[in-house]
Amino acid sequence: MTRVARQPQPASAEPRATARLTDRLAAAITRPRPPGAPVPRNRTRWTLPALALVIAVVLPLASLQIPWILPGPVDVLNSAGTLTVLGLCFVFAGLALGFDLLFGFTGLLSLGQVLYFATGVYVLDIALADWHWALLPAVGFTIAVGFILAVVLGAVSLKARGIAFAMVTLAFAQAGYYLIEDNPHSLTGGDTGLVMSTSRLPALLAGVVSTRNLYWLALAFLVAAYALVWLATESATGHVWLAIRESERRTEVLGITPFGFKLASFVISSLIAVAGGMVYLLLIGTAAPGSVASTTVTISVLVMVVLGGVGTRWGAVAGALIYVYLQQYLLKVAAEPSFGGLPGFLRVPLSQPNFLLGAIFVLLVLFAPGGIAGLASRVRLRRAAD
Amino acid sequence: MSTFIAITVSALALGAVYFLVASGLSLIYGLMDVLNFAHGVFLTLGAYAGWAVASRLVAPANPVMAFALSACAAVGCGAAMAAVTELLLIRPLYGRPVSQMLVTIGLDLAMVGLLFGIFGSNSRSIPVPPWLTSVTRIGPERIPNGDFLALGSGAVVLAALAWFLRSTRYGIIIRAGAENRQMVSALGINVGSAFTVVFTIGGAAAGLAGLLNSVVFNGALIDPSQGDQLLIFAFIVVVIGGLGSLAGSAIAAVLVALVQVYVSFYAGSGAGLAQLGNGSVVLFLAVVLLLRPRGLLGRTA
Repeated sequence: MTRVARQPQPASAEPRATARLTDRLAAAITRPRPPGAPVPRNRTRWTLPALALVIAVVLPLASLQIPWILPGPVDVLNSAGTLTVLGLCFVFAGLALGFDLLFGFTGLLSLGQVLYFATGVYVLDIALADWHWALLPAVGFTIAVGFILAVVLGAVSLKARGIAFAMVTLAFAQAGYYLIEDNPHSLTGGDTGLVMSTSRLPALLAGVVSTRNLYWLALAFLVAAYALVWLATESATGHVWLAIRESERRTEVLGITPFGFKLASFVISSLIAVAGGMVYLLLIGTAAPGSVASTTVTISVLVMVVLGGVGTRWGAVAGALIYVYLQQYLLKVAAEPSFGGLPGFLRVPLSQPNFLLGAIFVLLVLFAPGGIAGLASRVRLRRAAD
Repeated sequence: MSTFIAITVSALALGAVYFLVASGLSLIYGLMDVLNFAHGVFLTLGAYAGWAVASRLVAPANPVMAFALSACAAVGCGAAMAAVTELLLIRPLYGRPVSQMLVTIGLDLAMVGLLFGIFGSNSRSIPVPPWLTSVTRIGPERIPNGDFLALGSGAVVLAALAWFLRSTRYGIIIRAGAENRQMVSALGINVGSAFTVVFTIGGAAAGLAGLLNSVVFNGALIDPSQGDQLLIFAFIVVVIGGLGSLAGSAIAAVLVALVQVYVSFYAGSGAGLAQLGNGSVVLFLAVVLLLRPRGLLGRTA
């Protein structure tokens, strides 16, 4: 007796929500164009991201005061606080892209991506603070450790499929968390964390103007992660990943062994997380197990990707930017003195960013399963059909 | 030798708590393919409900009765929360297991945030009857009474679940649904109501587990993130036991607890590595998966 494979389907591949959209799309395509009308060209596809990138690059040079909107302690656009928060947004956007490569483009739900992020943060931190290495060898060593870890643990985890894979990766990440908490040989600092040593850093990253440079570093990381994910998903390998996502069994029937492709996706995604961890450490300057190694980080990245739209590159970036920004902004609002005057039943839930983000996430999954990207494409299709 | 028996009993008691959590997770997954992350919330809410009842009864005439009342509150609160979750959040997403799992992740995030908002990060202490905090001497052994309570609860729930699945109408529907859901629906049986029943049972067991976990293993303290910590071990138990298998969950719960307690007692405390026992559980999981990718008693695809 055969049984239907219990493979999870990515949220974006659910047919119900898209059925009406394909009808609209068909209507838009088949409608005859009036004679002489110019052929529409999709120019916005490049202009909007390019514009956003230019603004992001020159932003630290602009000393604008924007009250209320900015989450930093000071409302100046290029203050150190604001730039750090924006850099944090970029780091998590890169992480979300790597996660989406695995979940959205290969159909593998890993709940252990925080392990590789924590590897980036902690190995670099240990090399700099405990062993007093110079930056470049420390970075090379961190990447090597992350690569070996991803290959070995990925190969073991991929023995399990579907939900079991998610839980095995979760368990490995949890083991990493316990290791950091245990503070072997006083390397990790245990519960209190480990402050980075700036003594061997180049002046560019440790001096007075370093916040601005670190902001650019985080932005460069995001651009590099985007380019890597874009190249990888558009390549021949990327098409095999999509095939595996849709049906692993069918891919096998076509004569392709999925294991190597799945491992490649896992390793690339993990290396992006390792790089993100290193940028995080340079930006924030300290490693604490609760904020860089606990499963909460993986869950937040998952929420970012679903918020933006699973299986869409820009959606993952948008989801992460909105998530981190909202989290920081809500914390700032909750600290306002006027906020304390609210009655308890309003003040208590509103003071918890996780409550609001969780509630928004539940509503999105229930009512807008495609996330922000899904909403955007719905609007675009409606406009095309009218 | 005497410490060996004492820590073995303690490990079995921990296994009983793991089983209470894992049984619900495994039944829910077996029938509905949903990995329920909100189980951690059911645990925590159960513990807080028990605390609320026990702390309202100031100096009760019969402390054992008062504790029984708070256990009932924990079970009821876990069951009610689970039923509401199923009806409001899981039901609209039938047939989309990944979305269902995502919804439970969001619920977990939101509820833990809300509990932090209400109770803060300080632990609350549950008043317990004096019997629970003392030990029983059996020959040279001194066994904490809490261990007996956990072991007894685990055994009773295991027996009750086995009877329920074997002998009641809903139990048979649940077992048949786990085998082939379409066929059960095609026979004109409402599988949807079985989903609600499974969630409610899982939530009830989780509520009890949340209370027992804090009373027996956490010095009667509760804090909002406690459920999620226990949930990770329950996930490991479910995977080792084989997704969807009740007997597998029971065996794996005991094995995981034994590995965890023995390693942390005999290897971890000597080397100064407090978390070594927890880490060894993960290693155990990796070994089991390499040898048997579907878990000990998992279904074959």
